[in-house]
Amino acid sequence: MEVFVQQLINGITLGSIYGLIAIGYTMVFGIIGMVNFAHGDVFMVSAFIGLIAYLIVTAWLGIASAVGALLIVLIVAMALTSLVNWTIERIAYRPLRGSFRLAPLISAIGMSILLSNFVQVAQGPRNKSIPPLLQGEFVLMGRESYQVTLSHRQLLIWIVTAVLLVVFWYLVSRTALGRAQRACEQDQKMAALLGVDVDRTISITFVIGAALAAVAGTMYLMYYGVVNFSDGFTPGVKAFTAAVLGGIGSLPGAVVGGILIGLVETMWSAYFSIDYKDVAAFSILAITLIFLPQGLLGRPEVEKV
Amino acid sequence: MATAPAKNDIAGAFKDAGFWALVALGLFLPLIGFRAVQDIHNELTLETRWPLLFAFVAIVAAGRLLHNLLIAPWRERRRVAARAAVGAPHWSARLGSVLAPLFIGFALAYPAIAVWLAGAGGAVKWIDNFGIQILIYVMLGFGLNIVVGLAGLLDLGYVAFYAVGAYSYALLAQTFGFSFFMLLPVAGILAAFWGMMLGFPVLRLRGDYLAIVTLAFGEIIRLVLINWVPVTNGYAGIASIPRPTFFGIPFNASDEGFAAVFGLPLSPIYRLVFLYYIILALALLNSFVTVRLRRLPVGRAWEALREDEIACRSLGINTTNTKLTAFAIGAGFGGFAGAFFAARQGFISPESFTFMESATILSIVVLGGMGSQIGVAIAAIAMIGGTEALRELDVLKEVFGNDFDPTQYRMLLFGFAMVLIMVVRPRGLIAAREASVHLAARKKISGALVREGRG
Repeated sequence: MEVFVQQLINGITLGSIYGLIAIGYTMVFGIIGMVNFAHGDVFMVSAFIGLIAYLIVTAWLGIASAVGALLIVLIVAMALTSLVNWTIERIAYRPLRGSFRLAPLISAIGMSILLSNFVQVAQGPRNKSIPPLLQGEFVLMGRESYQVTLSHRQLLIWIVTAVLLVVFWYLVSRTALGRAQRACEQDQKMAALLGVDVDRTISITFVIGAALAAVAGTMYLMYYGVVNFSDGFTPGVKAFTAAVLGGIGSLPGAVVGGILIGLVETMWSAYFSIDYKDVAAFSILAITLIFLPQGLLGRPEVEKV
Repeated sequence: MATAPAKNDIAGAFKDAGFWALVALGLFLPLIGFRAVQDIHNELTLETRWPLLFAFVAIVAAGRLLHNLLIAPWRERRRVAARAAVGAPHWSARLGSVLAPLFIGFALAYPAIAVWLAGAGGAVKWIDNFGIQILIYVMLGFGLNIVVGLAGLLDLGYVAFYAVGAYSYALLAQTFGFSFFMLLPVAGILAAFWGMMLGFPVLRLRGDYLAIVTLAFGEIIRLVLINWVPVTNGYAGIASIPRPTFFGIPFNASDEGFAAVFGLPLSPIYRLVFLYYIILALALLNSFVTVRLRRLPVGRAWEALREDEIACRSLGINTTNTKLTAFAIGAGFGGFAGAFFAARQGFISPESFTFMESATILSIVVLGGMGSQIGVAIAAIAMIGGTEALRELDVLKEVFGNDFDPTQYRMLLFGFAMVLIMVVRPRGLIAAREASVHLAARKKISGALVREGRG
């Protein structure tokens, strides 16, 4: 029982990170119908930007308060990662709109390789680790032998994820920007005729996706305390799985999917085999796409000729 | 680019370049301007690299300025010219028929040329690192070309079939002691079987979804290879895999060895030349089969499927069979390449079958021009041979310091090239299409004219 509750807590934490990344996939797929393969690597780049910002803030500026430092790191990472994703969309995807079907995806794969290898060359192939932040924890239940704990870090991740979700959900469902996005999703040409700036809307979608991925990246760095240039690939695929599982194009679906994937992963590691935890996640991806392509909360795709 | 200024707007060009310089500053400031390094206490500290950052920003600004002032007007003129000559194939369309015999001739003579120029000792590197290595990728590129280039099914897990072929050969040869040439078809058939196995569930998927699921399958196979230790020996891999023999004569220093039997001086070159011709024969066979298959109904069905799946189904083509044959045949050739790889290396481990390998093969197919055989060969030579050649250049060591290792930059260049080719020439280097059915004369058309339907 204690193990189960502990894994539940760990799983929700991990799932929140996946959910934040998954939103980037789901919004981009919703609006231009492409899998932004480089999104996992954007997440990794954001963790590196967070790392550099953290080192500047603590070592150079000497800000000792952990919460203050984290806040600055978060803002810097969100801003610069947004710029990265904006540029990627501008140079690698926008010229390909209207090109043949596989072109944007191949371009995205190239961008993914480019980003991870750029970080490898620029920052070196070794793991970068920082001392653990916010070390405290709450003991929720348990005996002497096994205590169920909720660390301050985990709680922070939950709170940040929840707050950001509410903010961004409000943004895309209640504002003019959100309306423009949904209009572009349905019919870009018609939206343009009605005065929606399609290019700008798509750019903003990429920026929002990157900002959320940057939050995930900073949280990942804070939670695990270590980051590597190859860390984008697997979380990226898992977050994509989450987006598909939740129903691609659906914002709440991405978060639900993320938490489900996080739970499956931690439970699988605890009760079956830690070696095969990635196999479990990848299998869910394949099974969902094959048997439930519209996902849990998505609309089925109608094929028109 | 939407913001590219008009032809003579010099001020605008500078303003635009300045804007992109600012963007570049923002992009490169954290990752180029700073570097996190471990100090002696194993803690991370920051190093700054302002000159390098400045160089990056300057390159972006200068490049953008050049683009605005020279390249953009030139491209605009070309676009106008191209519109006038619509439908005419690009000059590269004629390249195939001229280059193909030239390439085959050169490939056949290559070991002799290498030995003649570098001597028996010096030729080892040229045949092994360049010849065999490039031909393995040519082979893999041809195989993937069937799936991606002809049938239009984007497969990101192609390396799985390469792995199946390699492990089939390694395990069967070690356990039962069969020879390479007996196991080569077996490895191919097993890989083709796996191609069908993985093809079945994904029949309904298309485009991006198909790509992601094949990626997942590729990763699952790799993870199984890592974790199924009793059979695959996990990360440690399988060592001392039997080498191919020359009709039963092994290439070693014993009295029954190749050198002793033929009364030649002992040298590793015979084995390499032999391996070189095996992989060349496999690649040529692959190419020949592909060219012939394109003329058969199944090949035409592949290309029809690539262009428009719904139209294809409406015309009564069995898309299930069409997709499965593409997967199976493509996978089978991957299996051949895998078996050859295992036999050549004598050692295999899951490290050789990562997603990056799939991405490399895919980038070769994409850069070459999907569906073009000669394009794939050129791309493989440029990408694999190019990076090998970079390693040879001592000049680069003097410029970048002694620890300069071009293999580090290899994937960086691959990624960059993939994006660049998609933006500039989305159909690849060689993008001509030849109609399968023609009235009076055979003619090639520009790939840009071929429009795809949804599907």
